Amino acid sequence: MTARIKLVDDNGIRTDGRKLNELRPIKLEVGVLSNADGSAYIEQGKNKILAAVYGPRDVHPRHLALPERALLRCRYHMAPFSVEERKPPAPSRREVELSKVIRESLEPAIFLEQFPRTSIDLFIEVLQADGGTRCAGVTAASLALADAGIPMKDLVVACATGKADGHLVLDLNDIEDKEGEADLPVAYMPNFNAVSLLQMDGLLTIEEFKQALDLSLDGCKQIYKLQKEALKAKYIAIREEVEECLQ
Amino acid sequence: MSSIMVSRIRQKQIAQLIMSGKRLDERGLNDYRPIQIESGIIERAEGSARVRLGRTEVMVGVKIETGEPFSDRPNEGVLTVNSEFVPLASPEFEAGPPSEESIELARVVDRGLRESKAIELEKLCIIPAKKVFVIFFDIYVLNHDGNLIDAAALAAFAALLNTKISNYEIENGEVKKKPGFVALPIRNYPIAITFASISGKLIVDPWIDEEQVMDARLTLTFDKDGKICAIQKGKRGTLTPQQIMEAVHIAREKAEELRKLMVKS
Repeated sequence: MTARIKLVDDNGIRTDGRKLNELRPIKLEVGVLSNADGSAYIEQGKNKILAAVYGPRDVHPRHLALPERALLRCRYHMAPFSVEERKPPAPSRREVELSKVIRESLEPAIFLEQFPRTSIDLFIEVLQADGGTRCAGVTAASLALADAGIPMKDLVVACATGKADGHLVLDLNDIEDKEGEADLPVAYMPNFNAVSLLQMDGLLTIEEFKQALDLSLDGCKQIYKLQKEALKAKYIAIREEVEECLQ
Repeated sequence: MSSIMVSRIRQKQIAQLIMSGKRLDERGLNDYRPIQIESGIIERAEGSARVRLGRTEVMVGVKIETGEPFSDRPNEGVLTVNSEFVPLASPEFEAGPPSEESIELARVVDRGLRESKAIELEKLCIIPAKKVFVIFFDIYVLNHDGNLIDAAALAAFAALLNTKISNYEIENGEVKKKPGFVALPIRNYPIAITFASISGKLIVDPWIDEEQVMDARLTLTFDKDGKICAIQKGKRGTLTPQQIMEAVHIAREKAEELRKLMVKS
């Protein structure tokens, strides 16, 4: 057996040089794909994830259409080259489950009842995975929905807290996710103080769980600001272009 | 389909009752339906159990085979959990590839067993990196009347307790069965507690009509030391952090109650 890697050193610094409650660098971009009605791109650590939205549009097959609201469909998918060992392209059971919880995390934010008998199709493609892909996927997906002009109550933002070497750590990276003792992904709508995705695996006492939940929510609030900036950035760029033309 | 659809008026009734702290089947908000556990009912399986949770009925069968370990855990046995929503269990179930719900159910039960380290997988290695025991849990839903997760987790737990591994010897690198059995090495006992959030109130063990009304579902799995080992939130609704903590405290007590009941039976 090889010696275990130390995830947190004596000074409370993690393998990638972060403090316990520090997020990885995040880059967000809105409107990155021309065919989609809305799209967004996120880099969080080494995560590189694209989200695209098509709709509201006709539902196929038609019998799935709902009379009172739009049908939100979500596909979370990892590219075969996104991980160390090639992942077969067919959806795994993990991807099916994540597609479900991501969809359920976004549904409460969307005014689905404004678009009965239509579908809103959301695609999340993980191009490179580095731990916390479902959270980064949710963060990007809600920007893509906003970019598509779909009316929403709030942006949904997600962030995970984990436990590594006995410490609670914010925004797990790949090693911490694999070697750590717990993982608690949370999706949140800050304006409503509403948690829309909550999962956990690992072992936490109730006290640790409470602290981890608070830490995740704190991370969410930080990313929420970045989300809003990214959304505004797109329109500031458009306005500058228009103003230039007018001069 | 039609037999499960709950009429609007009944939905309203369920929601209103819960707001005043009552339930349509006269249970308290934190009461489980009667639980019946039968163990060792399938002789061909290495372990088995059937759990009745009210009218919900779930069977779990455990089969053990030998196979290759995962390359990153060469000295550990392999645990797999699968679930089948067979069409006889509900007018909503159809034959065919597993549904999203069925995959979610299997994965939530799997997480409880795996993260609590319920089975001592490191004792299930036969030849390191070559041959280990593979434990298959198959969840079979027989009658769907709500809260499949808790019923399946209880059944998996009960099946675990009566699972036996055949004695074996190694001949020229091949595993040969010998007469006699040993019990599956177990170190932890996970218990799943599921809540439904209806009109902002939390109730435990929702039955099927309540599941049609619920905004959100929350499952908390506790290990024998009262630590949380798995969580899964489902459905379109949301929960406040305060509600989540409330659920955690109720669930811990409930898990203790169910554990005592399991040990007794």
